[in-house]
Amino acid sequence: MNDMTPTREQRSAALEGMGCKRKRVEDIRFTQGKGNYVDDVKLPGMLHGDFVRSPHPHARVKKIDDSEALKVPGVLAVITAETLKTVNLAWMPTLAGDVQMVLADGKVLFQNQEVAFVVATDRYAADDGINKVIVEYEPLPPLVDPFKSMDPDAPVLREDLAGKTSGAHGPRKHHNHIFEWTVGDKELTDAAFNKADVKIKEMIAYHRTHPSPLETCQCVCSFDKIKGELTIYGTFQAPHVIRTVVALIAKLPEQKIHVIAPDIGGGFGNKVGAYPGYICAAVASIVTGKPVKWVEDRIENLTATSFARDYHMTTEIAATKDGKVTGLRVHVLADHGAFDACADPSKWPAGFFNIVTGSYDFPTAHLAVDGVYTNKAPGGVAYRCSFRVTEAAYCIERAMDILAQKLNMDPAELRLKNFIKPEQFPYHSALGWEYDSGDYHTAMRKMMETTGYAALRKEQAEKREAFKRGETREIMGLGISFFTEIVGAGPSKNCDILGIAMFDSCEIRMHPTGAGIARMGTKSQGQGHETTWAQIIATEIGIPADNIMVEEGNTDTAPYGLGTYGSRSTPVAGAAIAMAARKIKAKAQMIAAYKLEVHEDDLEFDIDGFRVKGLPEKFMSMKDICWAAYNSVPPGMEPGLEAVSYYDPPNMTYPFGAYLCVMDIDVDTGVYKVRRFYALDDCGTRINPMIIEGQVHGGLTEAFAIAMGQEIRYDETGNVVTGSFMDFFMPTAVETPHWETDFTVTPSPHHPIGAKGVGESPNVGGVPAFSNAVNDAFSFLGSTHIQMPHDFWRNWKAAKDLGAVV
Amino acid sequence: MIPGSFSYHRPASVADAVKLLSDLGEDARPLAGGHSLVPMMKLRLATPAHLVDLHGIAALKGIRRDGSNLVIGAMTTQHELLASGDVATTMPILHEAALLIADPQVRYRGTIGGNVANGDPGNDMPALMMTLGASYRLEGPGGTRDVAAADFYQGAYFTALEPGEILTSVSVPVPAAGHGYAYEKLKRKVGDYATAAAAVVLTMSGGKVATCSIGLTNVHETPLLAVDAAKAAIGTSLDAATLKKAAAAAEAIMAPAADARGPVEYRKHVGGIMVARALQRAAAVAK
Ligand SMILES: Cc1cc2nc3c(=O)[nH]c(=O)nc-3n(C[C@H](O)[C@H](O)[C@H](O)COP(=O)(O)OP(=O)(O)OC[C@H]3O[C@@H](n4cnc5c(N)ncnc54)[C@H](O)[C@@H]3O)c2cc1C
Repeated sequence: MNDMTPTREQRSAALEGMGCKRKRVEDIRFTQGKGNYVDDVKLPGMLHGDFVRSPHPHARVKKIDDSEALKVPGVLAVITAETLKTVNLAWMPTLAGDVQMVLADGKVLFQNQEVAFVVATDRYAADDGINKVIVEYEPLPPLVDPFKSMDPDAPVLREDLAGKTSGAHGPRKHHNHIFEWTVGDKELTDAAFNKADVKIKEMIAYHRTHPSPLETCQCVCSFDKIKGELTIYGTFQAPHVIRTVVALIAKLPEQKIHVIAPDIGGGFGNKVGAYPGYICAAVASIVTGKPVKWVEDRIENLTATSFARDYHMTTEIAATKDGKVTGLRVHVLADHGAFDACADPSKWPAGFFNIVTGSYDFPTAHLAVDGVYTNKAPGGVAYRCSFRVTEAAYCIERAMDILAQKLNMDPAELRLKNFIKPEQFPYHSALGWEYDSGDYHTAMRKMMETTGYAALRKEQAEKREAFKRGETREIMGLGISFFTEIVGAGPSKNCDILGIAMFDSCEIRMHPTGAGIARMGTKSQGQGHETTWAQIIATEIGIPADNIMVEEGNTDTAPYGLGTYGSRSTPVAGAAIAMAARKIKAKAQMIAAYKLEVHEDDLEFDIDGFRVKGLPEKFMSMKDICWAAYNSVPPGMEPGLEAVSYYDPPNMTYPFGAYLCVMDIDVDTGVYKVRRFYALDDCGTRINPMIIEGQVHGGLTEAFAIAMGQEIRYDETGNVVTGSFMDFFMPTAVETPHWETDFTVTPSPHHPIGAKGVGESPNVGGVPAFSNAVNDAFSFLGSTHIQMPHDFWRNWKAAKDLGAVV
Repeated sequence: MIPGSFSYHRPASVADAVKLLSDLGEDARPLAGGHSLVPMMKLRLATPAHLVDLHGIAALKGIRRDGSNLVIGAMTTQHELLASGDVATTMPILHEAALLIADPQVRYRGTIGGNVANGDPGNDMPALMMTLGASYRLEGPGGTRDVAAADFYQGAYFTALEPGEILTSVSVPVPAAGHGYAYEKLKRKVGDYATAAAAVVLTMSGGKVATCSIGLTNVHETPLLAVDAAKAAIGTSLDAATLKKAAAAAEAIMAPAADARGPVEYRKHVGGIMVARALQRAAAVAK
């Protein structure tokens, strides 16, 4: 060896594999405005479609007159439910087992519902046409309050369901009832409550909000009449699912449907489901024989496609007087809007809400969820969270604080007392999950030490005294959140979408010169897959990440996968990538053994190639093995170096974290300042620490927005009043607090590389930390629970209601 | 959010612009920075058939001293106000308030003329102009006239502008040397209009308020001068009781609408707080 020989550290660093803060390769094009988004797709002869929408939340549609619209120059067609009926597409199935109107069929059920689709030569003409379509409505009484939805005299919303006493998830109790879902042992739980020294009960609401990605939902559909093929470019988080859904509902052979998801400008759950715009653009293309583009504007995005949350959670905890929890009882009233268009795995009408026991060792629990219809937009998507996990985390984290307050105990101490202990993993929760791994006490103590928790409590006590003496008008709150997520849907034993098991996939093809391409069934919307997936492969097979191109989103080339949402990409596709890479490595080992003239078992993998055990100079690099794979494979072996893996995970993964928010609130104006926010995340093995940090920053910013003001609000007559970024709180860099991030590492025992998924943790864990900080600030004035969102005026109102402002 | 079609005109002089506006009638609207008008057009709340763009008129630009007044051309952008040394030294409150308007992108395009002529109670400049005792020069088919800012606003989006008239400049008397000033604006985020805002310009003498003028933004369908609140402050050293009295007097004339910023009661309450805080801060910077 001479001096120029790279050291092991240098060889390893050159790979930029797992653990490396590799710069995001996709950002080169994104930061230069060279991304290729759906709206960049411009096909010859392309037409534009846009919707006539209902101004009423609930009305009968008496008549649609398109005669004036068709006179507008450039307007070519006006599609209505009557048009769609000729191709049997006036209604479409939802992922939740319900059906949804594509265009108003006799009735409208929410404000801004799609009523007609105007197709024109350009977007301006389409909008001019919209303004000329005359729709005659007969208004009906709107149902806005979910708590009134099952009143005996509540208006009938879904006339199509008349007489149906059961739905996709069992019996229906009322004409506006969708499902009831129960989990857990009711008797045991009732018994625990009967025996309890201490009980708390609170209706904890998680308001309706919206993922609002920067890029709205959009598509270009192009039907080739000659070939009978439909090509759809769209903002799809799950392109293969869209292809299958289209095949099923449009009755087209699946091989003739090409779904392409180009670069996506954020999804956050908004782009999982199927929307009327996709169907209408496809039908319009079939009718006109031309490509048709549909692009939502911001108002349409906020008011018509995919709200999130809207869970009303009546929560009870039973405990001993020294603060050991003995039982949990939760009833959720879930407002699904006009159609049940939740994007959950099919058998899970309330997602994985049964993770609601959180990080605590509840001996028993019982959960019931009632889903109801109201005159609001459909959705219920997982806004940067695994299905309903953020609702569950908010519920239990808020409830633990309420219990701590009742016990007059520090909320950190209460948590430490009730955490699942490290030796209890794998832990079977009272509501049916098997937590894979965790070390909650270590994470919590690290958070408390790093933030100086005890000193902050002392400062708070002093400030409270000063407030009582009238020396300050500011109150201080400490918000703890210790969340456990459940991500990586999911094992085929309990997860499917429309009958398709929720595996994911990876196909790797190595090229002769030691480079390769890898394709997955996932689809990045900004998460950085092109960077991180290559890093996994780099470490697994010893080829530099820079030499691996990652491609996703084209259903003709990518292996079938269920897409990216619910933090499932790393737990599921990440595993498939490692498994596919290991197949490559196994074949490479055979080739290396042949070339080095030893038995396979005499070889060991060494960073970027195979070495003969005990003979360090006998080494063959992966780069050379790639070449050999195409010209000198062992006799009887097929040439080439490719592998495919479809990974059905044995279990979910359970990331967790300890967050602390320190907040000061001016009671006179309700204006708050987030003084400090500390987030410790444990997502198991860390693939790219820089991307993790970026994900945490983004998720915390969303959590901040949601907790402190971001809501989709309806007035009592059913008008949606938060339809633009003027009123829908979207913080800028100026409002966004500074984030301190930290970590512990508890690998997943069942995942090939021990990784758990992190993209959604900060949203899930952040919301309770903010809300607990506000609630903690006010608690000494006598409040137990203040509902979110905690925007300025509501903080002032809380202060006023508590007598702190006159 | 797609505007309807319109014709575009770009006159080179005020006379041409006035002529175009009078000839085209009701369906024509002047276009300045477009940052209030274009959003309305995108929502089709405004559907002008003709836009008369004022950007080609050199005479509408610039800031100059005219005796004891600062005369600001209508097409001067908010960014140019911020860049002006004259503004910063002679009427720092205008600098302070301009900095609280939206974000740099809006301020590069948005003009003072558009801001004061728009008639939206959410705009920050109108109440400030009333506080400073400014007047607007209007030129129309019938000639030129000056209207005091305090007489200009008649209702939400209703102003003293007559059909065919253009606001060509804003004339602001330079406040007394050593005056105290503050613009207190409560908003939910960058880019938001005020939940409530108060402008205060005062002079102090012997530790007491000698002169005082107070303007209020977005708490009524028009900007307001809080005359009684200012009276309550004059002659006092702004003790706690006076601040309370001034805030109450200001609240008494407020009639905000309930919106996502908060219910009426809240908006009035914080309006009062903005007045009290602006008075305190203004007194503290007065010499
Ligand atoms: C996101 C956002 C946030 C904003 N936040 C604020 C804020 O916090 N505070 C604030 O004050 N403003 C705010 N604005 C508005 C901004 O300051 C506008 O620029 C301003 O209100 C209008 O000025 P303009 O030059 O853009 O006028 P335009 O939009 O071009 O015109 C506005 C109206 O005035 C008329 N007009 C314009 N110039 C003249 C003239 N010379 N003579 C007669 N009529 C005329 C037009 O016909 C139109 O009716 C915001 C705007 C945006 C987009």
